[in-house]
Amino acid sequence: MLLHGLLGVPLVGALLLLVWGHRRLAAEMNVLFSFITLLFAVALAVRVMREGPMEFDGGWFFMDAFNVFLVGLTALVGFTTALFSRPYMRIECAHGRLNPARLRLYHASYQVFIAAMLLALTTNNMGILWVSMEGATLATVLLVSLYRTPAALEAAWKYFILCGVGIAQALFGTVLLYFAAEKVLGAGGNALLWTHLNAVKAHLEPTVLQLAFVFLLVGYGTKVGLVPLHSWLPDAHAEGPTPISAVLSGLLLNVALYAILRNKVLVDGAIGTQLAGHLMMGFGLLSVVVASFLIGQQSDVKRMFAYSSIEHMGMMTFAFGMGGAVAVFAGLLHMTVHSLTKSAIFFTVGHATQKAGTQLMSGIRGLMGINPGLGWGLMLGTMSILGVPPFGVFTSEFLIVTTAMHEHSWAIPFLLVALGVAFAAIFGQVQAMVFAETSLPRLPYQPAMAPVFLHLILVLVLGIAMPGWLAVWYRQAAHLLGA
Amino acid sequence: MISTGASGMISGWYLQIVNLLAALLLLISFAMLAQRRVVGLISLFAWQGAALAVSTAIVAVFTAQWHLLYSVALTLLLKVVIIPWFFYRLVRKLGMSRDVEPLLNHSLIMLTGIVLVIFAFNLALPISQMAGTVMRSTLGIAMACVLLSFLMMITRTKALPQVIGFMAMENGIFFAATSATYGMPLVVELGVALDVLVGVFVLGIFFFQIRETFESMDLRQMEKRKEH
Repeated sequence: MLLHGLLGVPLVGALLLLVWGHRRLAAEMNVLFSFITLLFAVALAVRVMREGPMEFDGGWFFMDAFNVFLVGLTALVGFTTALFSRPYMRIECAHGRLNPARLRLYHASYQVFIAAMLLALTTNNMGILWVSMEGATLATVLLVSLYRTPAALEAAWKYFILCGVGIAQALFGTVLLYFAAEKVLGAGGNALLWTHLNAVKAHLEPTVLQLAFVFLLVGYGTKVGLVPLHSWLPDAHAEGPTPISAVLSGLLLNVALYAILRNKVLVDGAIGTQLAGHLMMGFGLLSVVVASFLIGQQSDVKRMFAYSSIEHMGMMTFAFGMGGAVAVFAGLLHMTVHSLTKSAIFFTVGHATQKAGTQLMSGIRGLMGINPGLGWGLMLGTMSILGVPPFGVFTSEFLIVTTAMHEHSWAIPFLLVALGVAFAAIFGQVQAMVFAETSLPRLPYQPAMAPVFLHLILVLVLGIAMPGWLAVWYRQAAHLLGA
Repeated sequence: MISTGASGMISGWYLQIVNLLAALLLLISFAMLAQRRVVGLISLFAWQGAALAVSTAIVAVFTAQWHLLYSVALTLLLKVVIIPWFFYRLVRKLGMSRDVEPLLNHSLIMLTGIVLVIFAFNLALPISQMAGTVMRSTLGIAMACVLLSFLMMITRTKALPQVIGFMAMENGIFFAATSATYGMPLVVELGVALDVLVGVFVLGIFFFQIRETFESMDLRQMEKRKEH
């Protein structure tokens, strides 16, 4: 029941908004649907926490500590982004960048996108996981091209075709997984159910699963934005409307990483070596290093933070690749704090670029003078994402680096140099954007700062005093991932 | 390789036909690699879907894997009728029917294709030995089709040929699924078909947007924009 509500509400919302999405109060309806989804997610999380892992609808859906925490995170950021999108899109309309048809498309696709991600997280079937990942891509292609500028169309095309090719590799990996599973579990729908696969993972054919994991990692890794499969990501983030950049960065990348991790559990159990972990560490470290050096070359603020997302996704992939209780705990925490912080940054950046009329960082100056809330939001968000204590990102990065120091000390120079380079590049740019003198007039309206500070406070709490129940929860999830 | 193996000896003539169709599938993949006219490419894509559907149907009937018939119906409906028809219409509406795409290094592409086929057969060998299906020997061909479609996507600069390459890759993956395991579970196949359908629909909208903005479907124009 709770699960049907969770998946049904955004779908109903999408249908209604497809008709109503351009009228008055459409943005409020978008917020309302996202809020009801969040309520269902919270109720579901409470139930799973009390009663432990559970299956729904005869095993078609499955919830455990790992995916229920991502469901909660997705619903929360989905809701706050809808809050931010309300004033943001109204001003975009006033600037004449959108017409009613596009606004309808925007609102409906937003809800479809949330529904597709929630389906990907809750389904027990590895095939349906693939289908809903592809569905989430398709829902956002037309949102990336929403403004119909040449750059936006190019970005959307790249997004469509590169993610399409990537996800096709993941489909091939899923075929191979089914091939191995069918020998043990017999043909039919049950052979792709994760809970069934997990029970027999030691009997799955190792050579097939090795090959399958390479395809799955490359496929879903394209969506995570791992280097060298990342080239769609900065374009899609920079050219789409800012609420979409926030959910792409904060949610979609997490869900793609979730797909890799679910598969990794099976592959680890079958092949009994560290191959999957080593592959992930390699891809992760490469992403961290390459992305942090590319951050400094960006002139567009959204592109800069998009590269920062690649860096952080690489960090998580590296942490999960290392394995072990502490690293996986840190990886899960990093998923949470990155998602919250990065979406908060995109919210402030959205208002700033709207005001300045450009996404070029040289054109955005003196946010403190325009609106102190905006200036502080961006400054604190940036400090958080750069891992300044006491924010939660510091905690997770500290845990990842110290674990790496013990177990893979060769990686430490790469990690530390990359973190330093990223820090210098981003902090230098943001400082000028926030504090420099400006000729821009003050902001005539109140920006949507509530979501920004809500996210930052949550990140702060996670960094200073993580609630006990949350720590237990992360540990349970880490345990599920084989730590 | 194709017609040898124990299964080929025992199971008789229907496997010969399946192997023939598999060979045809590979041949069509090569033809697509070389085809420069957009309209010709669409017909080749439809033929590829037809070969896939017929071979799957034969396997379904002779091995009594009746659930495969759903997959056959989906393939016929989507990849032989709806998508090619949609692409033809798109080409006519956008006035691209005479478009010919220059292909650089024609012979190099073909040679790369041959190397890919050899690589695919080697990759598939250990897996096809493990498979329990009658048509396991065609797994190598399926992998070759996937890789050839990938090569086609890389070498093309126009939008529609790239998409056709993508769809052909999906055909290859389905052929692999049929060869190795008699297809995927029905619900997954339905889901994938839905995604393909929605994807083609999104693409249709998208093409008109590109045409409005760039006046041409050549992706190099998008690239040029960057240099300014």
